Amino acid sequence: MTTVVIDYGSGNLRSAAKALERAARESGADGRVLVTNHADSLRGATRVVLPGVGAFADCRRGLAKVPGMEEALKQVVLKEGRPFLGICVGMQLLADRGREFETVDGLGWIKGEVAPLVPSDPKLKIPHMGWNQLQMHRKHPVLDGIENDAHAYFVHSYALTAADPKDLIATVDYGGAVTAVVGRDNIIGVQFHPEKSQATGLKLIANFLRWKP
Amino acid sequence: MLKMRVIPCLDVKDGRVVKGVNFVDLIDAGDPVSQARIYDAEGADELCFLDITASAEDRSTLYDAVRRTAEECFMPLTVGGGIRNTDDIRKLLLAGADKTSINTTAVSNPDFVREAAEKFGSQCIVVAIDAKQTAPGKWEVFTHGGRRATGLDAIDWAKRMAEMGAGEILLTSMDRDGTKSGFDIALTQKVADAIRIPVIASGGVGTLDHLVDGIRDGHATAVLAASIFHFGTYRIADAKAHLAQAGIPVRL
Repeated sequence: MTTVVIDYGSGNLRSAAKALERAARESGADGRVLVTNHADSLRGATRVVLPGVGAFADCRRGLAKVPGMEEALKQVVLKEGRPFLGICVGMQLLADRGREFETVDGLGWIKGEVAPLVPSDPKLKIPHMGWNQLQMHRKHPVLDGIENDAHAYFVHSYALTAADPKDLIATVDYGGAVTAVVGRDNIIGVQFHPEKSQATGLKLIANFLRWKP
Repeated sequence: MLKMRVIPCLDVKDGRVVKGVNFVDLIDAGDPVSQARIYDAEGADELCFLDITASAEDRSTLYDAVRRTAEECFMPLTVGGGIRNTDDIRKLLLAGADKTSINTTAVSNPDFVREAAEKFGSQCIVVAIDAKQTAPGKWEVFTHGGRRATGLDAIDWAKRMAEMGAGEILLTSMDRDGTKSGFDIALTQKVADAIRIPVIASGGVGTLDHLVDGIRDGHATAVLAASIFHFGTYRIADAKAHLAQAGIPVRL
């Protein structure tokens, strides 16, 4: 029972891994957490976490550079149906494409696009940074026990817009509704940082570790 | 709705927490990890470590404090002080910091901010600006803990740093720091209104009303304070309740 966190040179993997370990310990869920940049290690994964901070194109290129990683991801997530969690840019990469500096293709696992945040109130700061409240659009096992209006920690300047409203699970209000959680089948992606969202984040991670889609 | 952030700051020297008045006369007062644990439990929105001896000394004590904190506190952690190159940033991020705050190096080499933002993402590059009023409506950027004038106008500098890719500005009034007389509201408002990225107000908090002023009048979206929390004058929860009472959205 191994949760694999994919290391493709993007961001703070230590906090994601620590949060997974803590949530596992507290909830009695699957224990082992492996941070890896080897495609082969992914094949033994029970669950997969794709983190990511920074720019869409950089992350996309970083992921493409890891030998065999995309093929391994497709195999374990799309073909074998193992639970997948994308965090922040790791969630945005699920889209068909991202329009940040340049237009770059994403994984295309969730139909939609990533585009700059354009809040209706021009006084609102960019990035959208800090604690904001989740508006649940539908129930999901990974959000079990997390109340509508629960706070989560966001930091982003771009957002994913899902083409299929069925894939939209939760939004957050920042001068209009902004996608906070998307998902379908065994795939879920969160724009916020559960590893930085204190009790709410640990709850979400514990749910993910128990999730049997 | 996005909530305004309350950020306690711990000044760290040789891996221990200190807090000074106007950056001198330091009083040793504790272990950063136990402090961080309390702030985490009390619902601080983020945590900030400022390494104040960062010069050329051995930084392993700092990395160790960051590492131990990140293992226990699942909230955003910003670490600043003595960051000179991308390797310093990388080490802090690997130790468990989420953001790094750059001050002197941004002044000596502004391109470093762009380089760091491109390499690690703007979200983890905070530019710290220490400003002193030099004339009515004019503020100058200082470095080296307020000892060295730069000739840079604080508002222009904030704009330039935002263009370079800074994700956030941590703005400290050197005139107010340690005085407990409140933020420099005019400075804070001028900077916050001039740039699109968030501004954290810092320097001078003595009462909870000062926190309200920084957000309501200074247009900051986060407030940073050290002494009032560190010495237990007020708890984080008191600060949040006070802000909420003043009609400012906070996470309770």
